[in-house]
Formats: sequence, C-alpha cells, structure tokens
Amino acid sequence: MREAPILKADRLSRHFPVRNAFGIRTGAVRALDGVSFEVAPGETLGIVGESGCGKSTLGKALVGIHPLSGGAIVFEGEEISRLSGRERRAVAPRLQYCHQDPGNSLDPRWTVRRSLEEPLIVHTELEAAERVIRIRDLLRQVGLPQTHLDLYPHELSGGQQRRVGLARILALHPRLVVLDEPTSGLDMSVQATVLKLFGELRQAFALTYLFISHDLSVVRMMCDRVAVMYLGRIVEIAPTETLFRAPQHPYTQSLLAAIPDIGGRRVTDTFTLEGEPPDPARLPSGCRFRTRCPRAVAACAETDPALRPLRPDHAAACLLAG
Amino acid sequence: MLAPDDNLLEVENLRVSFGTERGVAKVLDGVNLTIRRGEIMGLVGESGCGKTTLARAILGILPANARHETGSLRFGGEDLLRMPRRRVDDQIRGRRITFIPQDPFASFNPLFRIGSQAREVMKWKSPRRPEHAGRGLFGFFSRYPRARRKADAADAVEMMRTVQIPRADEAFDKLPHEFSGGQRQRLMIALALMPQPDLVIADEPTTALDVTIQAQILKLLKRLVKERGVSVLFTTHDLGTAYEICDRITVMYAGQEVEMAPVDDFFQRPSHPYTVRLLESLPKPGREPREIGGEIPGLVDPPAGCRFHPRCAHATDICHMKRPATTSVSAAHDLRCYHPVGATVPA
Ligand SMILES: Nc1ncnc2c1ncn2[C@@H]1O[C@H](COP(=O)(O)OP(=O)(O)OP(=O)(O)O)[C@@H](O)[C@H]1O
Ligand SMILES: Nc1ncnc2c1ncn2[C@@H]1O[C@H](COP(=O)(O)OP(=O)(O)OP(=O)(O)O)[C@@H](O)[C@H]1O
Ligand code: SF4
Ligand SMILES: [Mg+2]
Ligand SMILES: [Mg+2]
Repeated sequence: MREAPILKADRLSRHFPVRNAFGIRTGAVRALDGVSFEVAPGETLGIVGESGCGKSTLGKALVGIHPLSGGAIVFEGEEISRLSGRERRAVAPRLQYCHQDPGNSLDPRWTVRRSLEEPLIVHTELEAAERVIRIRDLLRQVGLPQTHLDLYPHELSGGQQRRVGLARILALHPRLVVLDEPTSGLDMSVQATVLKLFGELRQAFALTYLFISHDLSVVRMMCDRVAVMYLGRIVEIAPTETLFRAPQHPYTQSLLAAIPDIGGRRVTDTFTLEGEPPDPARLPSGCRFRTRCPRAVAACAETDPALRPLRPDHAAACLLAG
Repeated sequence: MLAPDDNLLEVENLRVSFGTERGVAKVLDGVNLTIRRGEIMGLVGESGCGKTTLARAILGILPANARHETGSLRFGGEDLLRMPRRRVDDQIRGRRITFIPQDPFASFNPLFRIGSQAREVMKWKSPRRPEHAGRGLFGFFSRYPRARRKADAADAVEMMRTVQIPRADEAFDKLPHEFSGGQRQRLMIALALMPQPDLVIADEPTTALDVTIQAQILKLLKRLVKERGVSVLFTTHDLGTAYEICDRITVMYAGQEVEMAPVDDFFQRPSHPYTVRLLESLPKPGREPREIGGEIPGLVDPPAGCRFHPRCAHATDICHMKRPATTSVSAAHDLRCYHPVGATVPA
C-alpha cells in the first residue's frame, strides 16, 4: 500500500525508576508504554501531547540518546536498537535529533564556526579546506550571514541559535531528523521564518521529519500525519486533516477544542475538560484518560483500550471510538 | 469618549531606560496606555518589546540598573511615580495592585508551605488590615489580631476552593513542588486575588502551560476577575490568548505602543502595518504564514521616527523623521502610523 517505511517503531517502552526519600525504588514512570508507528520516507509525522507525555523520551530513544526498556526500532531496513556502540555510531549521522532548547545544545564557549566544524571532523573524512567550503554552504542554506561565523551562542537570537542547530545537523546529510519543539520560545514573526526554512530544507535534502510539538496549529501546517500521545501511549494517529476534522479519541477532541480560534467562539466560553493528568507513576486502572474523560463509562475503568484501526490510516485507543 | 473617572490606570508618556554595556537602552520610550475599571487590557508584542518592563514599572519593582523614569503612572488619580516609596510598598503593591508572574516556579518560596505563604500575604495585605496600621519596624512587631487572622484564614481557604485546588485545607500543608504547573498557577491566581486588589498584572501567566491547562486557567481567571470587577493588565506574545481573554488590546513595538482597539475591532480591522504583519505570521490552515522580514531593532540606538519603518512596506520619508502622533481609526480604536492599512486581513 505505502512505500516501505524508513522508520518502524515496534512496542517501544522506556521506564524511569521512582525512588523515595531513602533512595529505595518504589515504582516506575512508564514514559513510553508500548509505542508503535511507522514513518514513510519523505513524510513529516507530527507528535503532539501535553508536557510529560513522553514526546522527548520517544525522540531521544529513537536516535539512541536514551536506551530502551523494550521494543525494537527498524531504520532503513536495519534493526538498530540492539547495535553495539560502534555500529550504532555509524547510523548516527543519518538519524539526527534537533534539541528542544537550542541554546543548551550549543557549546557556549564555541563560535558558530567551531560548532559547525566539529561534527564534520568527527563523522567525515573532509580536509580542512573542504570543511570551510561546506560550512559556508551550510550557513547559506539556513539563511545566516557569513559574518556570524565568529559569533558565540549568547550573541545570537533564539531564531538564529535554532538555525545554527539545524546547520549542525544538516552537516551530516541526515535522512531522518527528529525536531523536538522546534518553535517553542520563538516569536511569531521568527516562527514563520523558521517554519518556512524547515519546509525548504525538507525539499532540498529529501528529509523525513518527526515533528514534536505541543503547538497544534504549527503541527497542522507542517505535518502529513499526526500521532497524539497521552501518558506514554499513542492514543490516536491519522492523516493531519482527518485528525483535525474528525478526531475520534476524546483526548484529541479536547486538545483541539482548547486551541484559540481567532474570530470564532471563545474557548473560555466553550471548553469543558476538567482536571489534570494523573501522576504518571500511579496510572488509573483501565483507560489512562478516564479520570478526565467527558465520555467515560463504567467499562473504561476495566479495560485498557489498545490502539485499534478504525480505517486503514486512522487508529484510536478508545473503547467508544469509531 | 468615556469620562476619565472610568480609567483606573493611566500610563502617560512613560520612559524607562537601562544602563547596559553597550550604552543606554531606551526600553520604554513614551508609552501610553489606559486601563478602565473592570476591564482586561491585553498588552501584546514580541520578545524584548518591553512588556515585563512596563509591568514592573507599574508595580514599582524595576531592576536596579533602570534609570530615567519619566512620564506618569496615574492610579486612581494619584501618580505612582511621585508617591512616597513607603506608601507604594505598604498600600499599593501586593494590596491594590497584585502580580501573577510568568513563572510560578520562581515566585513561590520553595521552602515554605503554601499555607504560610498565603498567611504572609494576608497578614500584610488583607483588605481587613487598617490602612494606617503600623509600618516599618513597629509594623513588623505589631500583632496580627486573632479575629482578623481567623477571618483571613477562612478567606484564604475559600479562595483555594474557588481556584479549584483539590482538598483546599490540606493543600496549605504542602510545599510548592508538590503541585503541578497548572495547580501552581491556580495558587498564584488565588494569592493575587486574596487582597481584593483593584488591578492584577498578569505577565504571560499561561505561556508555560499546556493547551488544555491553559484553556482551563484562562477560563478561571476571566470568570473570577469579571465576577469581582477587577481590572487586569494581561501581557502575552500570543494573539490567540489575547483574543480569548481581553476586552481591549494594545500592541507594543520596540518600547512604544502602536495600536490600541477593542478586541473584536482589533482582529477585524487591524490598521497598523506591524499589527497586520503579526496577524499574517500566524499559522492558519490553508495559508502559509508570512514572515515580517528584517529584524527587531536594538534599543540602544533605535530607528528614528516610527521604530517600525526599517521593516515597513508602507514607509515614506516622513516615517523616518518623527514618531507618528496618535490618531483614531474609529471612536475607540487608536493608532500611531502615517499610512494606516485600510484593507482587512483575509480571515
Ligand atoms: N531522566 C529521567 N528520569 C526520570 N523521569 C524522567 C526522565 N526523563 C523524563 N522523565 C519522565 O518521563 C515522562 C516523559 O517525559 P518527556 O520529557 O519525554 O515528556 P515530553 O512529552 O517531552 O514533555 P515536554 O512537553 O514537557 O517536553 C515525564 O513524566 C518525565 O517526568
Ligand atoms: N535589567 C536589565 N538591564 C538591561 N536591559 C534590560 C533589563 N531588563 C530588560 N532589559 C531589556 O529591555 C528590553 C525589554 O525587556 P522586557 O523583559 O520588558 O521584554 P518583554 O516584552 O517582557 O519580552 P519577553 O516576551 O521576552 O518576556 C529587552 O531588550 C531587554 O533585553
Ligand atoms: S508610520 Fe510609516 S513606517 Fe511606521 S508603520 Fe506607518 S507607514 Fe510604516
Ligand atoms: Mg519534551
Ligand atoms: Mg516578559
């Protein structure tokens, strides 16, 4: 039906131990709790959900920054989650993670030039002169003037730092880039510029993106498909327009209902969701959304609903969906 | 026009600058803004335009390197800039003007239980405290009469319930880190409303929150201030949030206000070129967001004339020379631009 996926995540899980004041393990946060999906080459898959639902953990696990507690990752046909250190490093250039906080991912003592040269030294065989040319090209591709090569991160604006972060990643010709909250903390006008850049780079470098964000209007604009996460699970996944027009999971419905609609009815008049997500170390029985769900019935406390297909390209994890 | 009596706060020609390594930064450079009784005024603008500086100037808590405060801040008819420091500290800030900051993590003392922080607020700032109760050293040692203490405590518990903190009385024994981000922001709202202020300054109070929690908090804040007739200065860089909660909106660019209008008029007939471009930069289905282009100017040596002119497609010679005066698009819609945009933004 579709092209062979470039990335396949199969029942990924990642548990963090919870310890009491005496350092004794009392339980676990299941930051990822059986997450499966596929990404087609050239596709942009959005990952949305509330703070703490596991978006960054997912992104970091995929690129190998975090080890997995269970599950398998197949990237370009190769099972990569159980590779040894050296074999895994060979995959690294093709599968890159773009940090949630660009200021933190750049070394404050390094100039832009040094930040861009370092990955080329580590991962490529390029000569010094070739690196200079490459760095110049990269800077142009992300729309920064050559004069910025000698600046330090603190002398750059948030948008410019993000461009440097991207240039660093593009230096290695990745195939898939995980963009973790790539527009958070940016002003509206800067955000528009950065989003346009992502689009252009996707074209120019034939990139596949995993686009992590909690800003749904940005996700709607950028992504082909969207996966909605709640407390370590994917609760709904569908093509973007399907998800926005006809969301099936009550959590997705609430999430969409919370977006301000300028010119439309005010969310402050219409929003009905109450309560906050439960403690991730003490999940409720049955469906993990039931404590906030406006549609919950008795069965929701009994059965933990699996993500099940409603149509070939649309799945939701709700007993009542469909 | 409304009678001036309806204005709770009138900011007139306010200038604040900061001494920096590169020179004097003119961060607020002739700002004008009014807030009526019972209204939520939105202050919208991009990072660095001076929102927090204006909020802090009104509260009288500017950082130490702030200089040259000129202009006036008339609050209930009196100029806060010319009021004795002690009176501002004692009777205005925390009592008649309260603050909900952007970062609820930073604004609680992490070591004290919520109850003792609420009690501290009520001890000094409760509306039951006589206006001229002891100040200074004498005030510090003065008694907190038992009857007032009991009444204040009951109010505080009631307020916790109002902001929907589960099991309000137990919540008093907890430390700030035992609450979620959304709950901490509810607690902040409770602390800000406890003294029954006239004006609440909310500086980006929902930026750090998730959308569903943001919607809950905005709904709660709007209901509570409207029920109590409290005025709010609500700063945000998010136009969607401003649409949700504000009655009127003022747009600030590089330390100067450029447009002010009632909320619906603002979104239907934006007239300043900067406002129009801001609205066009929002992602919307079926339309690519448009960049503004150019860069936000530095404030040490800002552009002369209209500060937006280097980025403005409509700019002519006059725009380089003199800051445009305030003109009216319609009765309640003010603007500072020589060449207002007539067309409406495509919805
Ligand atoms: N190193 C860690 N040790 C313990 N718990 C962790 C660790 N990293 C993450 N967690 C927990 O795992 C869960 C998922 O965190 P994660 O950072 O993936 O969320 P997120 O969806 O990226 O949130 P945000 O939108 O705030 O970035 C949270 O409950 C978090 O507290
Ligand atoms: N203590 C200070 N010393 C020097 N400059 C300062 C100081 N505080 C703020 N500034 C400068 O004043 C300008 C306005 O800052 P302010 O914090 O008021 O902006 P803001 O509109 O609140 O921005 P944000 O949306 O990022 O919170 C900025 O250019 C900032 O760098
Ligand atoms: S005054 Fe001139 S430069 Fe400023 S916004 Fe209006 S047209 Fe543009
Ligand atoms: Mg994250
Ligand atoms: Mg600010």
